[in-house]
Amino acid sequence: MDLIVEGLRKAFWLLVTLDPEVIRITLLSLRVSGTATLLSLTVGVSLGTAIGLSQFHGRGILVSIVNTGMGLPPVVVGLFVTVLVWRNGPLGFLGILYTPTAMIIAQAIIATPIIMGISLAAIQQLPVELRLQILALGATRLQMAWVLAKQARLPLLAAVMAGFGGVISEVGASMMVGGNIKGYSRVLTTATVMETSRGNFDMAIALSAILLLLAYLITIALTYVQQRGRP
Amino acid sequence: MRSSIMPLVQLADLRVERKGGFALDIPSLEIGRGEILSLLGPNGCGKTTLLLAIAGLLPRRSGEILFDGERLPRALFPLRCRRRIAMVFQESLLLDATVWDNVAMGLRFRGVGRNAMVDKVTENLERFRIAPLRDRPARALSGGEARRTSLARAFAVEPELLLLDEPFASLDLPSREALVEDLEEALRRTRTTAVLATHDRTEALRLSDRMAVMDAGRILQIGPPERVMDCPAGALVACFMGVENVSPGRVVARKEPRLVVSVAGHEIEALGELSVGTEVTVSLRPEKVILSPCDGHQDNDLPMRIQRIVPMGPYHRVYLSGPFPRVAIVSHRDMEEQRLRIGQVVRVSFEASKVHLSP
Repeated sequence: MDLIVEGLRKAFWLLVTLDPEVIRITLLSLRVSGTATLLSLTVGVSLGTAIGLSQFHGRGILVSIVNTGMGLPPVVVGLFVTVLVWRNGPLGFLGILYTPTAMIIAQAIIATPIIMGISLAAIQQLPVELRLQILALGATRLQMAWVLAKQARLPLLAAVMAGFGGVISEVGASMMVGGNIKGYSRVLTTATVMETSRGNFDMAIALSAILLLLAYLITIALTYVQQRGRP
Repeated sequence: MRSSIMPLVQLADLRVERKGGFALDIPSLEIGRGEILSLLGPNGCGKTTLLLAIAGLLPRRSGEILFDGERLPRALFPLRCRRRIAMVFQESLLLDATVWDNVAMGLRFRGVGRNAMVDKVTENLERFRIAPLRDRPARALSGGEARRTSLARAFAVEPELLLLDEPFASLDLPSREALVEDLEEALRRTRTTAVLATHDRTEALRLSDRMAVMDAGRILQIGPPERVMDCPAGALVACFMGVENVSPGRVVARKEPRLVVSVAGHEIEALGELSVGTEVTVSLRPEKVILSPCDGHQDNDLPMRIQRIVPMGPYHRVYLSGPFPRVAIVSHRDMEEQRLRIGQVVRVSFEASKVHLSP
């Protein structure tokens, strides 16, 4: 119990004193996970909406692949990206292994199926007649997709929260492709793992508390946007 | 070359398939400019499917659809064409936005300027008496208000063709009557060509220039409402049009200009040009049957016993002992004046001109 209390006290102290290393780690976590979520949002919502609105041969198989992707293990993604950007790998010439860029790519791969799957379900749960009604009022297909996405904004924001929550808290892929290099690619989750393995539980608890606070604040902001104007 | 007398919509050999079977099979249908056509029929008869096909929202298996002379593709119609048509669905299908935003939706799709949009939205909010609700969220509307909003939304885009799928369904009677009145006024004032799918023949009678009765994806009869009501082309149409006295019969003699028809053991007189021996379906609207306690003075005069009297508000439905006619509709006032009661033997009469024979 003392360990936890000491950890929380340390977290508070690190925050109020604006510890440079902690601030750097926190900002990098935000930058990496935020950028990955934005990328996933663009790809996931677009593709999820497109699949949700289309009928084509093999659609069921594609939907099941997307749904499987929602549970993609981060270490598998980490391994895949590592092999891809390894010095001798197909994208080795980019030289991005052990950089935040590689971490963003890995996290985007993890979050995209989550956002795509929820977007797809959100669009599909809208009545089919609503699509026809929108078309019957003279909408182009793009206008229809936009209006439907706006109608499904509650589950779509839930998709953003799920996607962001998934990547800010993952550690396997970030560790594998980022390398947890101090001052360069160390983020809250990889730092927590490292401090725990060193037996620095107070520091690990402090970093975890900051991670939780960060996730909570961002979720609160998204929830506010989601629930604004509801009765 | 397009001409003002050319029908706005022409269908030829239209066949639409849904869930593996034919949902629609219309050899020919034309809808004139400014005309209001009602589609009547039981649930699942193809009214909504026909509206969706005309709107270009349902791919057809075969056949042609011409809108203003333009031959349209089998899949989604081109935008320039869809923007001349509006459809109101059975559900109001409003967006999660204010009444104003809902009514403005079609105009926004068309990129209408702010001032024109304000004018058109305001005009239609007032036309359907929902101007005080303009800032209310659509999810807070009652069923009647939502229906008015969806109609205002459709009229706001000033369509050349308006497709209405049971716009009064599931409304209470006063809301329904008020909305029918407002819609009638809007249709007449804007002279919009409209196709109205409905279950209610009184709405169809009131609003339409022509009426089509459908069943199993086919049009059984189409014509002026009075004609379809009085001269149904078969037992199914008769049943749907509320003609409760329908029976098979046979022409047994000609007494120019009348025919003598044997029906359910009686001989009745009717008008027509059929030859002796023709098998016919005899139909007679129940409101055309006259009951009187004294001797009849009409063309057909049959003694019958009253078996059951069902009060129906301002009138009574009187069930008779004979198989034809089986039902008469009598006003509340006539019931009281003639003191009609169950078990009483009455003279049943009807004019020969009111009997409809369909071979």
